[in-house]
Amino acid sequence: MRVAEERRAPAAVATTGDEAGVEVAVRIRGLGKHFGTGEQRVQALRSIDWDVFTGQLTMIVGPSGCGKTTLLSVIAGILDGDEGEVSIFGEPLDRMSDRARTRFRATNIGFVFQQYNLLPALTAAENAAIPLVIAGWRRDQAVRRASEVLASIGMGKKLANLPSQLSGGQMQRVAIARALVHEPRLLVCDEPTAALDHETGQTVMQLLRDAAVRPDRAVIVVTHDNRVFQFGERIAHMDDGRIVRLEQRAASKPSLSDFSPLL
Amino acid sequence: MGWIALKMLVGDRAKFLGIVMGLTFAALLITQQGSIFCGLMLRTCGQVSDITGADLWVMDPTVRYIDDVKPMLESNLYRVRGVEGVLWAVPLYKGQARVKISPEVARGRRAAVIEQVILLGLDDSSLIGAPPPYRVLAGNLRDLRLPDAVFVDSERLAKLYPSEDWTRVKKEGKTFYRRFLRRQLEMNDHRAVIVGVCEATRTFQTNPVVYTTYTRAKNYAPQERKILSFVLAGTEPGVSPKVVADRIRAQTGLGAHTASDFAWMTINYYARYTGIPINFGITCFLGFLVGTAIAGQTFYNFTIENIKQFGALKAMGVTNVRIVGMILLQALVVGLLGYGIGVGLAALFGWATQGGELAYFTPWLLLPITACSIVFICVLSSLLSVQRVIRLEPAIVFR
Ligand SMILES: Nc1ncnc2c1ncn2[C@@H]1O[C@H](COP(=O)(O)OP(=O)(O)O)[C@@H](O)[C@H]1O
Ligand SMILES: [Mg+2]
Repeated sequence: MRVAEERRAPAAVATTGDEAGVEVAVRIRGLGKHFGTGEQRVQALRSIDWDVFTGQLTMIVGPSGCGKTTLLSVIAGILDGDEGEVSIFGEPLDRMSDRARTRFRATNIGFVFQQYNLLPALTAAENAAIPLVIAGWRRDQAVRRASEVLASIGMGKKLANLPSQLSGGQMQRVAIARALVHEPRLLVCDEPTAALDHETGQTVMQLLRDAAVRPDRAVIVVTHDNRVFQFGERIAHMDDGRIVRLEQRAASKPSLSDFSPLL
Repeated sequence: MGWIALKMLVGDRAKFLGIVMGLTFAALLITQQGSIFCGLMLRTCGQVSDITGADLWVMDPTVRYIDDVKPMLESNLYRVRGVEGVLWAVPLYKGQARVKISPEVARGRRAAVIEQVILLGLDDSSLIGAPPPYRVLAGNLRDLRLPDAVFVDSERLAKLYPSEDWTRVKKEGKTFYRRFLRRQLEMNDHRAVIVGVCEATRTFQTNPVVYTTYTRAKNYAPQERKILSFVLAGTEPGVSPKVVADRIRAQTGLGAHTASDFAWMTINYYARYTGIPINFGITCFLGFLVGTAIAGQTFYNFTIENIKQFGALKAMGVTNVRIVGMILLQALVVGLLGYGIGVGLAALFGWATQGGELAYFTPWLLLPITACSIVFICVLSSLLSVQRVIRLEPAIVFR
């Protein structure tokens, strides 16, 4: 695994973290973001201050429309905030050029989307290889490496399948392999279980918790699916563009009270 | 990223075939319409281009096009020969004559056939202006020097021999025309014998063309005092024909043009006074527009349908430059494929209609023009769509 240790900004190491080696992956100060103007103006984010740490699965939860996706997009460097500062591993996103930010995303961030966003013309292995191809790997090497990652998450028999030949859960696994193949330091997932049934959703979350979370990587999952809240170790509750409550819990022992009333 | 772009392109077979077919149709339309237009242009100036071998045409200064014949004094021929840079100069007669074929000769007909023809009288010794050997279908050009000998053109020969079984041309090809050799005609009460049949470009002149020698043309033509219609001249090597033409104009006061200038004068004349090139030009241009619109629309749709995929790639860190590169590569591949097939079909079409009434001529220049149009329109339409991808907030991938 080729994590670029030397690129880490030592200043970003958290002094408040309660676990050794945990560092601040995302630092947000006074972030605001609105959409539209006049009557249509929506204040999606209101002066958010927040830190996200490596080594744990962080969740952003809250009702639909409260700004979760907007916050995640700003963190992932695909959307600009109006005010405030966002830095990822000590690198201020707002001060980067568009091109530099695109490069930064390519090496440091893995994406998992609700709608998978696999390229329909590529096989599972080829889809999972895309971040390596972006990084300049040769096709055969990239596909070989992606196949290994897929095999490690139980998709070894589906390497040559096209997305149309896979189930939703399988597609999301390919997407997770794609998000991890280039060893990013930050993984962002927007509603990764929303298109899946309950059981598949649980499997996908387990996979994220077990395969994605590492001491040197931060994983952020946005969800309004209370059936998967139990996987969060640190949960930010959002409402109306604000983080209204932060919750810290031991992820290894999800308590029954975390489950939705439906269960 | 190139292989990903190509896989995106061919991934959906039906869609891929759709794009290629759209572009094929566009290329076919552009080439075919262009060829018809060029064929038509050739018809307007066919009478000039059929007379080969001369660098310069010299004529009365008021002549505007090939059928605008204004006879000159014979002495002008010698004046042209005296101009510096002129290697040789020969006379050409061009005029109308009336052919009569008596009933005994015009087989199976009671009444005599009487037809207006275009009579061309070529220089007796050099035969400059005669059709090139590959256009001779029957007979031998040398025989034109025999007494009473004439060549006739194959295109309009049916007007002279309407009772011949013309359906056999297709079956027999060139050999069909041998039957006309040694047949007799009458022009201006003078006997003429067909010694050869040659191809001629179809023109807007529907009259048959009869070739003979300059001296004999004097007998066949209705009595005129002056019969020198044009002087055909060759220029000395190393001297620009245009310069020599200028000299001839200056020294003799005659009109002098290079063969291609004279062809263009004729085209322009037709453009000005008949509107045929303009009208057909507009039709062909519309065909061109329809073709490019189809090509552009097809490719634009393809890219727009893939916009979410491009958004995902962008979020994952593909730079705009590379996305543009991917889309251009896709455009280039489908563009060239569609071009190849389309031009192939257009050539097939031209080949199938060869020798028919359809004016169809594909100058080589039309092929790069079509290629450029197709690739240009693919690139343009993909850039139109790509700018949506470039301005696209990658955040759409979360929607
Ligand atoms: N591109 C956009 N244009 C206009 N309004 C937007 C846009 N994206 C989000 N919004 C608005 O911002 C608010 C927060 O949206 P979002 O972050 O998607 O919420 P969530 O992901 O929590 O459901 C919503 O009111 C939404 O309508
Ligand atoms: Mg959302």
